[in-house]
Amino acid sequence: MMLFLDTLSKIGFMFVLIMGMVVVLIWMERKGAAFIQDRTGPNRASIAGIRLAGLVHPVADVFKLLFKEDIQPANRHRALYNIAPWLVMAVALSTYAVIPFGDYISIAGRKVSLVAADLNVGLLYILAVASLGTYGVIMAGWASNNKFTFLGGVRATAQMISYEINMGLALIGLVLVFSSQATPEHLREFLGADFLSGLRLTHLVAGQGDLLWGFLPKWGVVVQPLGFLLFITAVFAETNRNPFDLPEGESEIVAGYHLEYSSMKFALFFMAEYAHMVIGAALVATFYFGGYQVPWLPRPVLEAHAGSLLTIKLIGVVIISMIFSLLFFRRAQREKGKFGDARDREPGLGGALWLIVALGALGGLVLKPWGIGADGASLFASLIQVGAFVVKLVFFAWLFIWVRWTLPRFRYDQLMALGWKVMLPLGLANLVVTAVVLAMV
Amino acid sequence: MSFEGLPKGSCAKKTSFRDSIYFWEIVRGLGVTIGHLVYNIFHTSEMPTLQYPEEKKIYSDRFRGRHRLMKREDGSPRCVACQMCATVCPADCINIDAAEHPDSEIEKFPETFVIDLLRCVYCGLCEEACPCDAIRLDTGIYEIAADSRDKFVVDKEFLLNDREHGSY
Ligand code: SF4
Ligand code: SF4
Repeated sequence: MMLFLDTLSKIGFMFVLIMGMVVVLIWMERKGAAFIQDRTGPNRASIAGIRLAGLVHPVADVFKLLFKEDIQPANRHRALYNIAPWLVMAVALSTYAVIPFGDYISIAGRKVSLVAADLNVGLLYILAVASLGTYGVIMAGWASNNKFTFLGGVRATAQMISYEINMGLALIGLVLVFSSQATPEHLREFLGADFLSGLRLTHLVAGQGDLLWGFLPKWGVVVQPLGFLLFITAVFAETNRNPFDLPEGESEIVAGYHLEYSSMKFALFFMAEYAHMVIGAALVATFYFGGYQVPWLPRPVLEAHAGSLLTIKLIGVVIISMIFSLLFFRRAQREKGKFGDARDREPGLGGALWLIVALGALGGLVLKPWGIGADGASLFASLIQVGAFVVKLVFFAWLFIWVRWTLPRFRYDQLMALGWKVMLPLGLANLVVTAVVLAMV
Repeated sequence: MSFEGLPKGSCAKKTSFRDSIYFWEIVRGLGVTIGHLVYNIFHTSEMPTLQYPEEKKIYSDRFRGRHRLMKREDGSPRCVACQMCATVCPADCINIDAAEHPDSEIEKFPETFVIDLLRCVYCGLCEEACPCDAIRLDTGIYEIAADSRDKFVVDKEFLLNDREHGSY
């Protein structure tokens, strides 16, 4: 029963995290794109005149799409047409099951692992499930009975086949490095194993908490730099993001596989794209950037210095939020009466919000955080690790957006040439070199 | 990279090795875009975006906006219903019904003067053809919108009262 409740709450956490990230990512995509292109981006939708810098737009979008008419092509394959968007979304969500977002959290003396399902073949599960998403795309393309959607589906298939191999090859190198490494002392009891297994994601991340030669965090990107480049390229291709978004290449095939979808079904595809981005970011963070690990601060260090770290952190929060608050208030002063309506209140409101954060942190300082006990220290370490994971997640999700608004789309032959003629040989070479080096040391 | 079927030398110049591995150029491009992003975050007021409904672009004096009909001193239309504008109009969107003017010097005046703004191409030929400077496109109005097609067909009353003063 306890196990069931634990798992349920972990799934709930992941779901909220992903869905929240999807909204934030849509906002980041629009605002980021606008700022990169010297525009202001969405700034109209508002709730009682408060626009939250465009964050209201995704909410408005959801309502708009919910109430739109669902137009379906007459000659569709009824069942497949309706299943496809749900399949894409379901697959996107189920990948998260094996991604650890912290090592463990102690609740009332019990140690609960922070991963929904700690499979011993987690890596294979990810590879298998992630590529299932392409089935949804192909089904959507074929069932719509439209040549453009069909071409989009075909492109997705070819792209998936080409880049899945590179993804797997890049990961084998990583698994080789982290297999049979001694389990870190503090996790030995919890993971119940003396040696790590590279296929199990909790082990893979635990192994990345060490230091290499005493000063470099032993992150995947440090031990497998080429593997990282290959993997991230393959992830871009797998998530159908620019520069590899050929399945929906607007300039050639209108909108690709989701051309014939409207209303909430379209919204599902749209959200699944962002959910896939979050997976991509989570995978890159987990495999190559140490997942929940804070560099140079593994759990024992975090726990030992929890008091002072927490104090420093609170002071930092106070200072930073004070600065933000001041900036906002200065802006409110400068732009007084600029619009002549409710929008004038926004900078003042932002300033007030940051001030509340600052006061909250200050209130935390009053509670003497430097003297927290062992339980508090353990909880602090767990929360910091979850925080580190979320920060990495947001950064890599931003990388997806950043790249999209920097690079042009690849031509199809270039995509195939890159996948088969460049990345495949490089992946094999990386694997051989890794194996040889590991055999020698 | 080779382009089959194209004569030699017709394709773009050969990419150098540095360009062909993409990586450095991608990093450079990312640098450019993040530069814009960071600059724009701290200089929002310098952004060239026009906040349209609040701020409007003023076009030059020569901009051809929506038409207006000029008035005589007594407020009657200056137009003498000579049909020059209707004849020259390439979009054939001016319709004038002439009637006899009580003043025999003026001879005629437009009983009705209708312009279909949806067909008009804003070429300004009517303005040029008019012998008595009765029609002008100098209002500077470019927001021509309505919620049904027949509201775009404007009549004499509308045109006579369409913005008192032009942009010049
Ligand atoms: S601007 Fe050109 S198209 Fe429009 S009414 Fe005058 S002549 Fe006709
Ligand atoms: S050319 Fe001038 S005077 Fe003649 S009908 Fe047109 S507007 Fe009236």
